[in-house]
Amino acid sequence: MIGERWFGALLVIALGVALTFLTLPLVAIFVDVGPGELVASLGEPGTLAALRLSLETTAIALAVIVLLGTPAAWLLATRSFRGRSIAVTLVELPLVVPPAVAGIALLAALGPQGILGERVSAAGPELVFQTAGVVVALTFVASPFYIRQALAAFGALDPALLEASRTLGASEARTFVAVALPNALPGLVAGGALAWGRALGEFGATLVFAGSLSGVTQTAPLAIYERFANDFTGALALSAVLVAVSATILLGAKLVSGGRVLGDARA
Amino acid sequence: MIPALRSLAVLASAFGFAGCGDDVGGGDGGKPRLTVLAAASLTEAFEQYGGQFDAAAVRLSFAGSDELAAQIRQGVEPDVYAAANTTLPEQLFEEDLVKKPVTFAGNRLVIAVPADSDEISSLDDLAAEGVKLAIGSEDVPVGAYTREVLERLAGAERGAILGNVRSNEPDVTGVTGKLTQGAADAGLLYITDVVATNGRLEAIELPDSLQPSLEYGIAVVEGADQPQAAEELIDGLLRGPGREAMEQAGFEPPPE
Repeated sequence: MIGERWFGALLVIALGVALTFLTLPLVAIFVDVGPGELVASLGEPGTLAALRLSLETTAIALAVIVLLGTPAAWLLATRSFRGRSIAVTLVELPLVVPPAVAGIALLAALGPQGILGERVSAAGPELVFQTAGVVVALTFVASPFYIRQALAAFGALDPALLEASRTLGASEARTFVAVALPNALPGLVAGGALAWGRALGEFGATLVFAGSLSGVTQTAPLAIYERFANDFTGALALSAVLVAVSATILLGAKLVSGGRVLGDARA
Repeated sequence: MIPALRSLAVLASAFGFAGCGDDVGGGDGGKPRLTVLAAASLTEAFEQYGGQFDAAAVRLSFAGSDELAAQIRQGVEPDVYAAANTTLPEQLFEEDLVKKPVTFAGNRLVIAVPADSDEISSLDDLAAEGVKLAIGSEDVPVGAYTREVLERLAGAERGAILGNVRSNEPDVTGVTGKLTQGAADAGLLYITDVVATNGRLEAIELPDSLQPSLEYGIAVVEGADQPQAAEELIDGLLRGPGREAMEQAGFEPPPE
């Protein structure tokens, strides 16, 4: 019995340390900068442009990720084929690649001297130094977060449910749209929130692949880094906004996906 | 070194020596040890010179000039301090932390272009429509010097050049990378950065009237363990093998 109590205490201590460690730096951002300073530095040129650009590019990237990632994850979750686990690993690979490496890789593939560079510029818009390049970098870095989660959500569906749909004569496409999607929705929304959050915070791949220019490619994290050297308050203020936006997205996703934020272990 | 590491380096120096030093010259072999704090842009030249310096085993530590000055102010006592400007050594001299500094080299800002480029041959070409420029952001030294140069141009030309800027990079590496990858057509860099690319970039000189002053100062640190070897090291930079190593790296000779 005493062992039980010790174990319980150990768990509580571990959670306490983890929570303190993870929240303290974020709390410091808000403590360090007063509300007045925060509002004032938001008025600086470039700050709102950076925030707007961040919201626009992450929204477009998220749309691309969801439109492409959902069917791809469905295929990976429901079919067994040769090379499936290799495909899953490849999809997850950007998770473990350092962001700067992702940027270099994108340059090597899609840059002006990249292996697809000439074909890309012949077929569509230029990417390097362009807003479209930011979207490409965000999509590359953030999509594994969504696809992984979608894969798990589809994989957790009750096979009997899908089987029933097919037995009732529904086509594969109809089963996907009418049964799989609604039932996997909480997982998909959670994955979308994670991918969005990751895209909002993206720094290295964007800088290396797309560059940094206010209003065009300078997203909020790049603007924060530029202010860091000479305008620490400005950097803190923009950081505070970014943290608030990210937290709102995460909370919103949890509410939308039906799990109560507090007191629900499955949320 | 990225700014995020700056405070760490300073912190580390408070507890002793920031551990980014490097022994050059292969073992101490009973020779006295000479500790040199040098600006990051001196890395190649000083490693070469340090390796062939006879009077002492040279231990080099590279970082931004301001970070090194901060280390000295916090009580780190190397033998020599070499900075990428003359202001910081002069300040330390006035604070009695180093002996009288001397100017031992110069650098220049140049227009850097990929080696196979033929569309850019002068500053005026940077203002042409459609030219893609990558420069340093105004918060870093190379970007501040770049804007100093542009400030001396006529308003229309300055506006056209700034309008062609596609990226404000946080360091020289960013500018170099965008140029070597062909993403940008031109940028402004130090001549030594261009020399360090081994021919992948070419330099186009700026008119003398626009060239900002980029002089490097060096001084023996007060309380140095090896003041004599430190003097010899500086002497070699002014008129010996050190000067050769500096010129190979693209630096200008010291003023006569």
